[in-house]
Amino acid sequence: MYRYDAIDRAVLADRTAEFRDQVRRRLAGELTEDQFKPLRLMNGLYLQLHAYMLRVAVPYGSLNPVQMRALADIARRFDRGYGHFTTRTNIQFNWVKLADAPDILDALAAVDLHAIQTSGNCIRNVTADPYAGAAADELEDPRVWCEAIRQWSSLHPEFSFLPRKFKIAVTASPRDRTAAKVHDIGLLLRRGRDGETGFEVIVGGGMGRTPYVGPTIRTYLPSDRLFSYLEAILRVYNRHGRRDNIYKARIKILVAALGAEAFAREVEAEWEKIGPEGDLPRAEIDRIGAAFTNPDFVADPASGDFEARRAAEPAFARFVRNNLKAHIRPGYGIVDISLKGIGETPGDISADQMDLVADLAERFGQGDIRSTHEQNLVLPHVRLEHVHEVWKALDAAGLATPNINLISDIIACPGLDYCALANARAICVAQDIARRFEAPDRAEAIGEFKIKISGCINACGHHHVGHIGILGVDKKGEEFYQLTLGGSGAEDAAVGKMLGPALPIDRVTDAVEAIVDAYLRERREGERFLDTLRRTGDAPFKEAVYAEAH
Amino acid sequence: MPKLIRSAGGAFEEVEDTFVAIEDEAADPGGDILVSFSRLKGGGVALAARSHGRLGVRLEPEDEIEALEGPLARVALVALAFPKFRDGRPFTAARLLRTRLGFKGEIRAVGDVLRDQAGFMVRCGFDAFVPADGSTASTWAEAAGRHSHVYQRAADARTPAFVEREGE
Repeated sequence: MYRYDAIDRAVLADRTAEFRDQVRRRLAGELTEDQFKPLRLMNGLYLQLHAYMLRVAVPYGSLNPVQMRALADIARRFDRGYGHFTTRTNIQFNWVKLADAPDILDALAAVDLHAIQTSGNCIRNVTADPYAGAAADELEDPRVWCEAIRQWSSLHPEFSFLPRKFKIAVTASPRDRTAAKVHDIGLLLRRGRDGETGFEVIVGGGMGRTPYVGPTIRTYLPSDRLFSYLEAILRVYNRHGRRDNIYKARIKILVAALGAEAFAREVEAEWEKIGPEGDLPRAEIDRIGAAFTNPDFVADPASGDFEARRAAEPAFARFVRNNLKAHIRPGYGIVDISLKGIGETPGDISADQMDLVADLAERFGQGDIRSTHEQNLVLPHVRLEHVHEVWKALDAAGLATPNINLISDIIACPGLDYCALANARAICVAQDIARRFEAPDRAEAIGEFKIKISGCINACGHHHVGHIGILGVDKKGEEFYQLTLGGSGAEDAAVGKMLGPALPIDRVTDAVEAIVDAYLRERREGERFLDTLRRTGDAPFKEAVYAEAH
Repeated sequence: MPKLIRSAGGAFEEVEDTFVAIEDEAADPGGDILVSFSRLKGGGVALAARSHGRLGVRLEPEDEIEALEGPLARVALVALAFPKFRDGRPFTAARLLRTRLGFKGEIRAVGDVLRDQAGFMVRCGFDAFVPADGSTASTWAEAAGRHSHVYQRAADARTPAFVEREGE
């Protein structure tokens, strides 16, 4: 993992001191709330329905055990004993006091963490494949590029007041676990004809009110030209992105208005002018890259009684089927930790659970912890012979729900329980659906099934790319839910199509079940829900949900 | 009278503003004048023939900085307006003015100018500021000098971290 050097630490200390001064000026009345708002947002501090919320950056979803314990400590000292992992792979504390914020930032800085650019119209935390450095199907470790992007985008003098927020994802696997195509920029690592690596560059994807799957504006960008190219994209956007309407200010609107080809031409012309001067020297990429070479692997380690226990213990076998993924090295596995316990709030984790994850990462996981955009955690490097012990410990702490990628592995935004923007609740809808599909055999029989719930059109719960998307709307003061089908945030990215009229809250879970039952009736051998839907169209599902209303 | 803070050789000081902003239709009063971009483009000959006083031009965020290239040789001051401090376009304009158009004169931040952006402004090539938040030269200097390291190249001469790390 990358370790901060003296320069990284100094940047953080200076920024923390700056924010302390800004909070002081606000509390002293020297800054109006209007002036303070963009400043606090640049430091991840939101004013929510009931309290301030602090969003802490987890750069490209990577944490070490010391950092995880510091988060647990903050949850206990400054919050109500828990935190919430978000779809941006960050963690939020929902109950902080403004006056405590500088002290929290100091506590974070002590372990090289911060809340810089977790909000505001700037370049946000970059998303990486949570299996980076571990996935069997990976071309190259994308975290090297993510860390370089983190540094380049931190306190960028030219691009800190963009028309709107800006999110970049990097993935190096054919299976996209980052939702790259619905980011402002998606970078897909590719091998060039010359054997070097480069990126397919996707620009202008996004969700919110106007969802788009981003178009490719360059099929191959040599990786050593990445930063001049990013500068060109950001500059075109900073100059020409709309600033008159917050809902039309994302880069996706500019790309759609110009057309991908015309936008690409503008970028290429600007890129030409910037030249290699805008690139990062190879030596710096190599320096960063060296931090991600993992020295602690054992060649062909024994797998101990892994297979025997798997054969003998059905509950363990189920965990292995759903929560253990293939590692690039023999004898190792990737352990998914579900933060989707049945009836729990998706993404929530208690301070004690954080401590446990830190301990397990330290003892069995090379000190490496990842957060995923699907609001789960990952121990990317666990020896197969240790998986059983890890599972036992997770299970005892309620963290071993064997439901990764299954129907109860639901993304939900905080919704009306916390958020000042929400129209409807999201958490209780997720909880109710998860309870309905609690039986694990049934969930496994249904197979890969992604439900994503947003409490408003801003789509923090990614409903547009849910196999079933559920969007909360307000109808004359009552919570209603609009269903969409067929979305995907993966390599086959698609925006879901609206199924029919919005449903009242007490009919949502029934509707989901009706859709699932229709799928089980319609599906052919080996088809996932998405495959069946793409083959049949939405008629059988529409019929299943709305038939009784006729 | 709003303060004008100017940086010279890394120090910030409050100075008297000798430029007088004039309306597009108003007669040229002589001395240092600040005109709009459209007046500069439209009144090229008359403004070029001025024998006394310097010429400044004020650009709004939507004005294309590249269009200044021709008249730039006659211009001593470019004022870039921040209608709202959240409007980040003048950062790009200043950076291009310095690095691509090679402008050596004064680049002044006017409008909703807050010290919380001082560091970014200096890095993008601004060297004069009319703060809207009551900043003094010393509070401005403190804000501008807040960060001891930077990660990127910009329009200033600061050494980015990746160069500082060379040879470590």
